[in-house]
Amino acid sequence: MSATSEPLMPAGTPGAAIPALIDDPLTRARPSSLWRDTLSNILRQRSAVVGLIILSILVLTALFAPVIATHNPNASMLNPPVGADGVRPPAEAGAVKRSPPCIHALGCPATKPQHLLGLDGNFRDVFSRVVYGARISLGVGFASVILAILIGTLIGAVAGYAGGWVDNILMRLMDVILAFPSLLLAIAIVSALGRNLFNALLAIGIVAIPIYARIVRSSVLSIRESDFVTASRALGESGIGILLRRILPNSLTPIVVQGTLGIGGAVLEIAALTYVGVAGSLDVPEWGSMIAVESQQLFNAPHVILVPGIAITLTVLGFNLLGDGLRDALDPRLNR
Amino acid sequence: MTRFILRRLLLTIPVLFGLIFLVFFLSRIVTRDPCRAILGEKATDAVCAEYIHRVGLDQPIPVQFGLYLGQLAQGDLGTSLKFSRPVTQLLIERLPTTVELTIWALLFAIIVGIPLGILSAIRRNSPVDVGAMVVANLGVSMPVFVLGLFLQFIFALLLKNTFLSLPPSGRLSAGVEVQPLVEVWGLTGTTGIVRGILDFLSGIYTFSALITGQWAALFDAARHLILPAVALGTIPLAIIARITRSSLLEVLGQDYVRTARAKGLRERAVVIRHATRNALLPVVTVIGLQLGGLFAGAVLTESTFNLAGVGRTLYEAIIGRDFVVIQGFILVVAVAYVIVNLVVDVSYGYLDPRIRLR
Repeated sequence: MSATSEPLMPAGTPGAAIPALIDDPLTRARPSSLWRDTLSNILRQRSAVVGLIILSILVLTALFAPVIATHNPNASMLNPPVGADGVRPPAEAGAVKRSPPCIHALGCPATKPQHLLGLDGNFRDVFSRVVYGARISLGVGFASVILAILIGTLIGAVAGYAGGWVDNILMRLMDVILAFPSLLLAIAIVSALGRNLFNALLAIGIVAIPIYARIVRSSVLSIRESDFVTASRALGESGIGILLRRILPNSLTPIVVQGTLGIGGAVLEIAALTYVGVAGSLDVPEWGSMIAVESQQLFNAPHVILVPGIAITLTVLGFNLLGDGLRDALDPRLNR
Repeated sequence: MTRFILRRLLLTIPVLFGLIFLVFFLSRIVTRDPCRAILGEKATDAVCAEYIHRVGLDQPIPVQFGLYLGQLAQGDLGTSLKFSRPVTQLLIERLPTTVELTIWALLFAIIVGIPLGILSAIRRNSPVDVGAMVVANLGVSMPVFVLGLFLQFIFALLLKNTFLSLPPSGRLSAGVEVQPLVEVWGLTGTTGIVRGILDFLSGIYTFSALITGQWAALFDAARHLILPAVALGTIPLAIIARITRSSLLEVLGQDYVRTARAKGLRERAVVIRHATRNALLPVVTVIGLQLGGLFAGAVLTESTFNLAGVGRTLYEAIIGRDFVVIQGFILVVAVAYVIVNLVVDVSYGYLDPRIRLR
């Protein structure tokens, strides 16, 4: 035993080696924080990195949509909108309804107008619509999840901290929401509030509230009795102060993980709601409504359906991969 | 075991009452102005007042609820405002489509998902594992309707005129019919609940064609079911495969598995008889949880594949503010959900004897 372990021991006596190690810039321990550790853990996972790359591309696409898009997403090539100078530009020569992709660099004849992903049923550029669609899907996804997190955190924190009948009523209410298939509940809420994109955002947020309320409540319950909270109370901190400064920061981790996965879910739901046609105008360049409008054209012009379909799938995949990666990275039991 | 099942049955009763209460109030919140939803936006106030009175909506809510409970006790779910037909009749007509679709989707998810998860776990980090998990990740990320459209594109268009070609929509080809059970068995005279059950079973085409030996119709119905069932079953398949993998990996690391190996058991016996049985407990939970999601997915699948099922009907009722249909259908769905949870709980008792004894 001693023979095999000997080579691993540092040369010289341990006591003499330590001062030298502290001064050595190579071995000096870098200050570590939760978020720095998390980041380095995430970067070590292949799937999370893939997710991060997909999402970065998507966010950049959404931010720089006007630069990336080759055309106005709502402009018909047959009947272009009046320009800033008050003159209507002429219709594009050779624009064909639902024409397949035409890329000059890939051998499409230069006599035809270039459209990277073809045109849709209203002579609009599919590529530009998909690019602008990233804004809506990401925007609605983020906004609905933030709404759900804010309200869910409030409900969960109040329920967990107050306990008793307050807790009972709030959590039974949450159970009720969870008892229904969430998509159907969202459809019902949108039809009660009025069918438009904003109400769809609200509905998707509302059906997700119970998930966050449960997470926050359970972490409040587990932290409420811990010693450092008792210490704060002994030091005279108020109930609200304890909740905001001591308890809630500790439930941040599961919320961030669930929130990341939740945005993916919200992107799926918004696409489903617009697909069944309850989320308002079908002219908006939203991926689900792009599919809904053309759903009968699958066999004539598959690109008008497959392209937005792939966009939805990639977005959700990105959030799922990153969410799973975050969960693994933030789980202290896996930190070895 | 019997006592365990009985106790669970008793616990279900208050849940069912809560559900009835809730569905009743929710359906009234969702339907604003039911009169104009049914009679049209131009209905005058006088006409509406008369209509509201006739349907009984002018009575106090508690009275309406009491009347509704009385109706329910007699097995009456009310009459649809839109179709002017009893909701039970609509259900007998539409429910079999959804039940059939959901069962086949779930079977597909289980039959493919569990072996895929087991294979991934025992060949951890191999190309098989990586490939299976990539498919699983893609599967949970793709909306049901997008997958449905992709499948239609591949099997009904690209592979058209090959032996792999599959029909893109509907339940049966034109001209093919599944003869109802009452006709096959010469029971056309029956009425009431027996007739209802027989008609319901007739609506599950693959089942009724199978037991009456209508082979051509069975084959046709099955071919129509493949694409929607795969589209609907892929998300649960991915989830089941992932849970099976992680659960089996955890179990395979336990001491008793090492003991079993040390006894000299073959690897097959260790994995299948010893490890998998214990690893399946969380899988059963997840399968139960998937049913709610399957139902939501059924709404989308039914519209993509043009099937007149419960999801489609419920969606139309919500849009058309037909609250009688909404409350009737949601109640049936919710009750089915509760019963499924009951079955899941009972199967826990079978899989894990420790739960029975508690």
